[in-house]
Amino acid sequence: MKTYITDIAIIGGGPAGLAAAISAYENGVNVLLIERDFELGGILPQCIHNGFGLGIFDEELTGPEFAQRYINKVIEYKIPIMLNTMVLEIRPNKNILAVNKNEGAILVKPKAIILAMGCRERTRGNIRIPGTRPAGIYTAGLAQRLVNIEGLMPGKKFVILGSGDIGMIMARRLTLEGAEVKAVIEILPYTSGLIRNKVQCLDDFGIPLLLQHTIIEIKGKDRVESVVVSKVDENWEPIKGSEKSFECDTLLLSVGLIPENELSKTAGVELDPKTRGPIINNYFQTNVEGIFACGNVLHVNDLVDNVASEGTLTGEIAAKFIKKIIKIDKNFVQLLCGRNIGYVLPQKVNKTAFKNSVRFYMRVKKPENNVYINFKVNDKLIYKKFERFARPSEMLIIDLPKQDILIDNNILIEVIPKEKKSEN
Amino acid sequence: MEYDIAIIGAGISGAAIARELSKYSVKTILIEKNPSVSMGTTKANSGIIHGGYAAKNGTNKARFNVASLPLFEKVCNDLNVSYSKIGSFVVALEKDQIEKLYELKENGLKNGIKDFKIIEDPKKILKMEPNLNPNVCGVLYCPGAAIISPYELCINLVENAIINGLRFLPDSEVIEIKKEDKFKIITRSGIEIKSNIVINAAGLYADKISSLVGLDYFKITPRKGEYVLFDKNVMKINHILFPVPTKISKGIVVSPTVSNNFFVGPNAKNIDDKEDISCTLDGLKEVIEGGKKLIPNLPLRDAITVFAGLRAVSNNNDFIIEQTEIDGFINVAGIQSPGLSSCLGIAVYVVDILKNIGINLRLKTDFIPTLDKPPHFAYLSPKDKDELIKKDENYGRVICRCETITEAEIRAAINSPLPARTLDDIKFRTRAGMGRCQGGFCTSRIISILCDELGKNPTEITKHGKGSELVIGTTKHLRRDTK
Repeated sequence: MKTYITDIAIIGGGPAGLAAAISAYENGVNVLLIERDFELGGILPQCIHNGFGLGIFDEELTGPEFAQRYINKVIEYKIPIMLNTMVLEIRPNKNILAVNKNEGAILVKPKAIILAMGCRERTRGNIRIPGTRPAGIYTAGLAQRLVNIEGLMPGKKFVILGSGDIGMIMARRLTLEGAEVKAVIEILPYTSGLIRNKVQCLDDFGIPLLLQHTIIEIKGKDRVESVVVSKVDENWEPIKGSEKSFECDTLLLSVGLIPENELSKTAGVELDPKTRGPIINNYFQTNVEGIFACGNVLHVNDLVDNVASEGTLTGEIAAKFIKKIIKIDKNFVQLLCGRNIGYVLPQKVNKTAFKNSVRFYMRVKKPENNVYINFKVNDKLIYKKFERFARPSEMLIIDLPKQDILIDNNILIEVIPKEKKSEN
Repeated sequence: MEYDIAIIGAGISGAAIARELSKYSVKTILIEKNPSVSMGTTKANSGIIHGGYAAKNGTNKARFNVASLPLFEKVCNDLNVSYSKIGSFVVALEKDQIEKLYELKENGLKNGIKDFKIIEDPKKILKMEPNLNPNVCGVLYCPGAAIISPYELCINLVENAIINGLRFLPDSEVIEIKKEDKFKIITRSGIEIKSNIVINAAGLYADKISSLVGLDYFKITPRKGEYVLFDKNVMKINHILFPVPTKISKGIVVSPTVSNNFFVGPNAKNIDDKEDISCTLDGLKEVIEGGKKLIPNLPLRDAITVFAGLRAVSNNNDFIIEQTEIDGFINVAGIQSPGLSSCLGIAVYVVDILKNIGINLRLKTDFIPTLDKPPHFAYLSPKDKDELIKKDENYGRVICRCETITEAEIRAAINSPLPARTLDDIKFRTRAGMGRCQGGFCTSRIISILCDELGKNPTEITKHGKGSELVIGTTKHLRRDTK
C-alpha cells in the first residue's frame, strides 16, 4: 500500500480546506490536500450566484470566482493535491486511509490533520415528512448541482420547503430558468436564511413565503403531483382546517445542514450535540491532539468568508503547533450557553490565549433586537457587547480581549435585552 | 412463449419458488408487473426471520415459519445474502404481561421450537440490551430469531434462478388468463405466455389474479405498516425487540438491520387502496410512540428515512397455499407476516404439490447452487481494498459516501443477471443512496453511470420505472418552450 508522509493532511478541498492549506504552507510546513471530487472548491463551483467575498476581498464574487482565488494560490505554491480521493478512515494515531483509482488504497501519515469536510443537507427522512415517495423530491443542494453543474432541470413546478439560503437561492435560479416556484414554506415565524436572500431571491421575484407553515403530505405515485401545506401552531403542530394543496412536480428541501463528521468519529473526535461538529478549544484543536477542525465541519456558517477565515487561522495554528512555536496548554475553561444562546465556539478556552483576543462564534436561539451579549465568570460580568439585531440565521462573532479570560473559571454567555436586568 | 410453469409475482414467495424450481428440469417463467423484483411487500417489511414461537400452533403460518428456519443459513450462505442470527426479545414492561410470555412459550413449544427461554431478571436483561426501557420485567428470549435483507434475498434468489435457466419477464402485468389445453396468460402489453402450470404469487393482487380464472374464494386486504429508519452508529440495539403482541399484530418493533441501522415499526392499519404506501402524520406518531415504549431515548434527529409497506392479509388470516379446483392453478396467497420467514418452506411445499399432481420434476445435474457477487468494498481490509482497485480501478471511486459504495459495484449491478436499470434498482442492489444523506451526494453521479452503461440520456433515467423520471430536460429548454 502506498504511504505518504507529510506535516499536515487536510481533508476536504472546499473553502475551509483551501484556506487552511494556503495558510499552513505560508507558515512553513508541508501540506497534503485530499479532495474526493474531481475539482477543488467544495460546494462553491455550483454556487454561481454572487455575494461571496465581501468580508475577505471587499468584492462581490460568485462562488467559482471566490474558490478560484484560493485555488490559484494553491497552484502557485505547488501544494500537493489528491483529487478523486475518498478518505475512508482516520485512525486515532492520525493515520489516514484513503482510496483513489490510480493509486489504490493509500495510507497518509501526517503530524497533524485539519478536518475540513464541510456539511451535508438534512433530508426528508430527517424531518419525517409524511406521504408517498415518488421521484421529484430533492435537497436544494442536489438540485443546484443538477442545474448548475450537470445542466439538467429537475422539474417545472416547484414548492420549496425551508427558507434556508440554498433553498431561496434556488427559488430565484429556477425562476430564471423558466420554472414556476409556487411557494417557499417555512415552519418558523422568520426565514432561516439571510435577510438579503429573502429580499433578493424571493421578494424581488414575487415568490410567496409562507411562514409558520409546513408540508404535512407529499402526494404522487411515480412523480410528485402535489404537496399539502398546513399552518402550524407555536409548538409546530399542524392546525387542522388550514390545509392547502399545491400542485407541483418537484419538492425541494432546504431544511438545514449537518456538519459531516463520520470521519471525525473514526478518529475518536468528540462532538458537540449542539453544533454536531467537533468540540474545539481556541486553537481549533479537537480532543485528539494534532487533529484540528475548521469551517462547516465544525458548525454551519452562513458566509463563506467566515469559513475561509477560520481555515486561514486554523492552518496557521496547526503549522505553528507542528513547529512547536505554540504549545497548547492542557488547562481549559468551558464556555457555557446561557439565555438564548444556541451554541458557542470554541467550547473550551485556554488561559494562555493565542493572540491578543479570542474569537467566539455563536448563534442565538430566537431572534431578539437591542440586546447585550454578556460574558460572565462567577456571576461577574467580564465583557459585554451590544447587538442591534440578534437572529439565529446570522452568526455573531465576538472578539474577547485576551486579558479578560485570564480567569480560572468557566465562562457563561447570555443574551440579555437592553432594558432588562441580567437574569440568574 | 411456452413454459412448463409460470409464476406470477416476483416478491419473496415467487422468488423462492422460482429458485426452488430452478433445481429441476422444468421450463419456468417468472412474470412481474413492476420493472424489477421485490417491488411490493418484500421491499418494505421488517426483515426479520421470526423464531417460530409466535404464529398460532396449527396454522400454515406456524407450519411454514418453523419449516423454513433450518433452511436460511445455507441459502443465505450460498447466495451471498446478509443474514444474522441476533436473537429476539418479547419485552414485558408490566408484571401482568409476564403471563403472556409463558403463553407464547407454550405456543412455541407446541410449534416445535426448543431454543428459547424466559428471563425475569431485569439486571441481566438490561446488560444484554442496555438501551431497553428500564421498567422491563421480563423477556422471552429466542436466540434463533434472525435479521436479513429481504430485498437482497429476493434479488439473489431470482439471479440464481436466472443462472439456472429461469426466464424473468418484468414490466408485465397479467390481465387475462385463459384455461385451454394449457393456460394462456396475457399481459397488458399484449405478450402471450402458454404454460401447463400457473403459480399465483401475486401478493396484494393474488385475489385479482385468482379471479382471472374464476376463483373468487378469498380476498386480500392491504394492512399498512409504517417505519422510521435510523442512522448507523447512533445507538446500539443488540436484539430484535418486540412488545407483547396484540390480536392483529406483533406490535411496534425496534430492531437492528443487517446493515447496522435500526428501525422502529410497523404499525398496522387495514386500508382499501393496494397502492397506498404513503406514510401518515398520525401513523408516524404512533410508530414513534410505540418505539419509545421499548427504547425511551429514541434518537429522533438521527432518523434517516420513513417508509410504509402493505401486508397482504387474506380473509382467513392465514397463508393460502394450495392446488385449486382448476387443475394446475396453484394459489400462494395471503402471505403476510411471517411470510418472509416462511418463504423457503413454502417453496419446498409448492414443489411437493407439483410432484403430487403428477408433474415430472427431475433434479438437474448441473444446478449451480451458489451466486457470485462482487465483494462489498466497504467491508474489506485496506490490503484487500488496495488489491481490488489494482484489478479494477472503478473500485477506487466511491460514489455513495455514506455506505462506501464504489463505481465498480454500481456498474456490476447494471451488468448482473438481473440488470439494474433504475435509481431504485441501484439502491436495492448496492445500498448506494440508502445512507444518511439519502442520495443527496450520489444521485447525480449514479444518473451519469446509468446513462453511460445503458446508452441513455439523463431524461430517460427513472427512479422506479416509467413515469418516475428524475429530470425533465436540460437547462434553458423551459425558456425556449415558453417563447
